[in-house]
Amino acid sequence: MSPKIGVITFPGTLDDVDAQRAARRAGAEAVPLWHADADLRGVDAVIVPGGFSYGDYLRCGAIAKFAPVMGEVVRAAGQGMPVLGICNGFQILCEAGLLPGALTRNSALHFVCRDQWLKVENNTSAWTSRYDQGAELLVPLKSGEGAYMADEAVLDELEGEGRVLFRYSGDDPNGSLRGIAGITDARGRVAGLMPHPEHAIDPLTGPTDDGLGMFLSVLDVLVAA
Amino acid sequence: MARVVVDVMPKQEILDPQGQAVATALPRLGFEGISEVRQGKRFELEVADDVDDATLAKIAETLLANPVIEDFVVRRVEA
Repeated sequence: MSPKIGVITFPGTLDDVDAQRAARRAGAEAVPLWHADADLRGVDAVIVPGGFSYGDYLRCGAIAKFAPVMGEVVRAAGQGMPVLGICNGFQILCEAGLLPGALTRNSALHFVCRDQWLKVENNTSAWTSRYDQGAELLVPLKSGEGAYMADEAVLDELEGEGRVLFRYSGDDPNGSLRGIAGITDARGRVAGLMPHPEHAIDPLTGPTDDGLGMFLSVLDVLVAA
Repeated sequence: MARVVVDVMPKQEILDPQGQAVATALPRLGFEGISEVRQGKRFELEVADDVDDATLAKIAETLLANPVIEDFVVRRVEA
């Protein structure tokens, strides 16, 4: 049986279908999860996809953290379940306290929509083991509130523990501190990033298939378990 | 009923691009002498009399503000 990867849909989520497709392309069974259900349907990993959950009213991700399904995600993450938050999903994981820091308005105030080069800083997490250390990936970035913020102590801790997963290559597109594009939790199981690997799994529909490695990486973890 | 105001502001050390955009627009409009603008949010709550300050602080801390990037002040005002 293929490992099951759950993909949450909130009102306003946009990228759940692409995330499901990416999970299937990597060899998993994609399981849709509904925000109002406190039930993970027996999945082995969870993706919190991008979009504008609950319209992003108040702050991005601030309301989604109270959704019944997120209580289950926080509980499962505590037991070591791999969780990936992409874009709005990254914002939600930060708001929910699964990842440190917060995402704020892009420094130039403009919504950024472009293909973005990333550098792999850590290839030992559950979501990045298929990449070479220092590899450069090209994946889409599309966000208005993508500037990663945390205080100096948290940033130093992330760097010191190798928890920065991805950094922007070249110009920092949104003013993220230290060019941080993605981070992981202390165990390397919960990950979040602003760019969209699920939109780069097939050169037919994305700039590259560089994003597929994230989903293959977690499959390696789940199959080995 | 009491009226409660919660002011939420980006922390001083956090870049406030919205405030900066306003600040750079002011001289263009002919207003001089404004050296800094910071933009925040104000919430006004109508609150039953038996809601205590600890509950209000919890509401502000968990939902209205993100303490990672924002400071908040809760105050009861005359209705």
